[in-house]
Amino acid sequence: MNGTPQRFLNLQITNRDQTDMKPHTTPTLRFPTVSLRAGISTLALAALALTALPGTLRAQELLNVSYDPTRELYREVNEAFAQKWQAEGHDVPGIETSHGGSGAQARAVIDGLGAQVVTLALASDIDKIAATGKLPADWQSKLPHNSSPYTSTIVFLVRKDNPKGIKDWGDLVKDGVEVITPNPKTSGGARWNYLAAWAWAEKNGQDPKAFVGELFTHVPVLDTGARGATTTFAQRGIGDVLLAWENEAYLALKEIGPDAFEIVVPSVSILAEPPVAVVEANIADDAQRALADAYLDFLYSPEGQALAFKHYYRAWDDSAAAPEDVARFPKLELVDIGHFGGWAKAQPEHFGDGGIFDQIFTAK
Amino acid sequence: MSDASLITPDARPGRPRKFRAATAEAAPARLALIGIALTGVAILILAPLATVFAEALADGWAAALASLTKPDARSAIQLTLLITAIALPLNAAFGVAAAWLITKFDFRGKAFLITLIDLPFSVSPVVAGLCIVLLFGANSLIGGWLVAHGLPIVFAIPGIVLATVFVTFPFVARELIPVMIEQGRTEEEVALTLGASGWRVFWTVTLPNIRWALLYGALLCTARAMGEFGAVAVVSGKIRGKTATMPITIEMLYNEYLSVAAFSMAAALTALALITLTLKTALELRHADQLAAIRRH
Amino acid sequence: MPALVQKTPMPGLRLSAGITLTMLSIVVLLPIGALLLKGASFGPGNVWEVVNRERVWTALLLSFRLSVFAALFNLVFGVLLAWVLVRYDFPGRRLVDAAVDLPFALPTAVAGIALTTLYAPNGAFGQLAAQIGWKIAYTQWGILLALIFVGLPFVTRTVQPVIEEIDREVEEASATLGASRPHTLRHVILPMLTPAALTGFALALARAVGEYGSVIFIAGNIPLKTEIAPLLIVIQLEEFNYDAAAAIGIAMLLISFAMLLAINIIQIVSRRKMGHV
Repeated sequence: MNGTPQRFLNLQITNRDQTDMKPHTTPTLRFPTVSLRAGISTLALAALALTALPGTLRAQELLNVSYDPTRELYREVNEAFAQKWQAEGHDVPGIETSHGGSGAQARAVIDGLGAQVVTLALASDIDKIAATGKLPADWQSKLPHNSSPYTSTIVFLVRKDNPKGIKDWGDLVKDGVEVITPNPKTSGGARWNYLAAWAWAEKNGQDPKAFVGELFTHVPVLDTGARGATTTFAQRGIGDVLLAWENEAYLALKEIGPDAFEIVVPSVSILAEPPVAVVEANIADDAQRALADAYLDFLYSPEGQALAFKHYYRAWDDSAAAPEDVARFPKLELVDIGHFGGWAKAQPEHFGDGGIFDQIFTAK
Repeated sequence: MSDASLITPDARPGRPRKFRAATAEAAPARLALIGIALTGVAILILAPLATVFAEALADGWAAALASLTKPDARSAIQLTLLITAIALPLNAAFGVAAAWLITKFDFRGKAFLITLIDLPFSVSPVVAGLCIVLLFGANSLIGGWLVAHGLPIVFAIPGIVLATVFVTFPFVARELIPVMIEQGRTEEEVALTLGASGWRVFWTVTLPNIRWALLYGALLCTARAMGEFGAVAVVSGKIRGKTATMPITIEMLYNEYLSVAAFSMAAALTALALITLTLKTALELRHADQLAAIRRH
Repeated sequence: MPALVQKTPMPGLRLSAGITLTMLSIVVLLPIGALLLKGASFGPGNVWEVVNRERVWTALLLSFRLSVFAALFNLVFGVLLAWVLVRYDFPGRRLVDAAVDLPFALPTAVAGIALTTLYAPNGAFGQLAAQIGWKIAYTQWGILLALIFVGLPFVTRTVQPVIEEIDREVEEASATLGASRPHTLRHVILPMLTPAALTGFALALARAVGEYGSVIFIAGNIPLKTEIAPLLIVIQLEEFNYDAAAAIGIAMLLISFAMLLAINIIQIVSRRKMGHV
């Protein structure tokens, strides 16, 4: 970048010098013309040559397209899996991960991002990919536990000593309480927040729509993603309670301020099942398929499960996990997505265009 | 900006002045204007900038530098420089051609053409990314064909280049057009009458007149190209070490609670821009005499 | 009826038109054409149905209104800043001059985070504002601030070269003829700056309308209050609703195109009036 402006300038100044001193010479003039054209065509060629670079994944490479809060988890999983894979006599696998909002990541795969493995926040996002034929419609039955090697739930993060005395969902709509949650329209995690609140209202004999509607009148900022909401709450000092993934809440506690915040576990919450799948259409050959399958199987192995526990996910098999990683999770009543008729029903009903969430805001 | 003292020798500091020049403002007015300008810049630009550097150096220089030498960070920096190096000449060539076309010829639909050149700007980066995906995505006609022939555009470097060229499209042209309008066509017409060839007129008459504007345009283009996030985020695929540019990496790091690493990269990006701007200032100083000579004629 | 292109001895028509139109097609027209095609296949009726809702209109109005305010601020401040930077010498002038470009270099997301850090109720400036009961972050003020930030360099950078080119003799002539300095500034200098300033204004406006990255951090994003139009597009994309996203995108595109076209026509007309092309 620094070279280019300089070149422009030197070129011009050289010309000016030459023309000032020898106004009748012409030979120098052809040179820049040619070099400009040559430069442009060289660049065009370079651009073409570069197109060949990506997309040439070798069989021993794997792209895992995942969502935001799993970065730390998959960093360790990738390392541990690579060691195990090598120990089994294979070459070093090149495993890459991509993180972003779950919906945006699913869209990228639909539009051609060459992921062999997807590990997203919502089954409905993988369903969207399946709808394009890139993987079979019954993908969720291929692996144990609805293809969810780990689960999580929604908890409250409150300020130290819980000054507003927030214990359960009902306390969130008290006068003067400000609630921070991301926007359910743009954040997968926020959809779980919303559904958990809905489930609590149902169990406690309240009109769920009215309760959730009132809850959102207590929200001063709707960030687009879970991380943004955490920042708004923790670093900008806005709000009294943050609705967050359990794993995010623990991570935020560890990374941002164990002295400043507390986790409050409500009486009812939701069982969030982030699923994983192999994207059949992006598998180049059998060797890559074996790698992709082994990668997902590894998530279910005792080592993989231990890593999930370590990163604050509720996994299934605690045989290899550190006891303190398992013990930190309090028991609570969990409602799963089946209670809402599955994502295929809940997504359009609650979060679709003109759905219940939209009505909450447009009704006023 | 070229040195004010060059074009306003009467305002050069150190020269004793008893009377206010007729072409200068009264001292109180001047001070007030400077005060407003400085306050505005301090609040609107320098304070956010200071925030970036303060966050980057929260854990000291060593931590900030260490985060920038990690392989992923290095590859992000290389990728961003590569993308800028491809996008900048493309936009410079386009900008000069478009400005020449618009200022040297009279034709119908000029306002329409200028508006089309401006258009990428008013298109939200999100929509820009969407447009590129709609055109070149694997599910589109063109994109499907290209992918089948091993030339993926989206989620590969060409897509990022395209998004970058898109968002920086009007910069060079927009810088050149007002300057070339101010200059008029007389000088070129004289040169042509004296028998100079078209290229010669361009290189010896037009280019020296517009070089600062061209440089500003190129610099803006560079700075914006390096910092573009919205449109690139849609088409990049965000693969660490492969298609993650510096801004994408900043977002990734920030989302990983690695605030120091994220802001270090943001500071590095800002520093790259500062290097460009310093280079510009240095060149201005070095060639000040030539510049003044040209202007006096 | 004039010819499409008036005859002139000036060379390079084909080459410059060729490069311009080729680049314009590949970079701008084809991708935007793809967007319009998406809208066409969705059906104009459906596009209208998506756009013609209170929430979409509110967001569009918010985006355009705040963008106009931000661009107006930048017009006034930008001309002032350009004048100060070119005509006056003061300590730190070069630093300020270099800093003007920085809103470009900062990725929009970083700018948004930095601005929010400063203007949130617990931030350096936010605290001061809070003392007089002024909330900036997470209100429309915050959005305005972000839009001013992203558009700040445009007017300054387009006006600066023109101020440098101004012939001192013109000002001297004006002064000799007895015009006061303010009179000269208003009636001689300002008209010379108008085309460039308008260009800068148009660019700042256009940039602000589409801005997303920096605004979402500071906006609050509450529907009907602080929700900007680009966010609605992202929301539609999250639902895999490309058609509705394209519909809102087209609406924004048409409004911005009309605004830019109006400004460019005003400019060309005013230039003809002033005697140069």
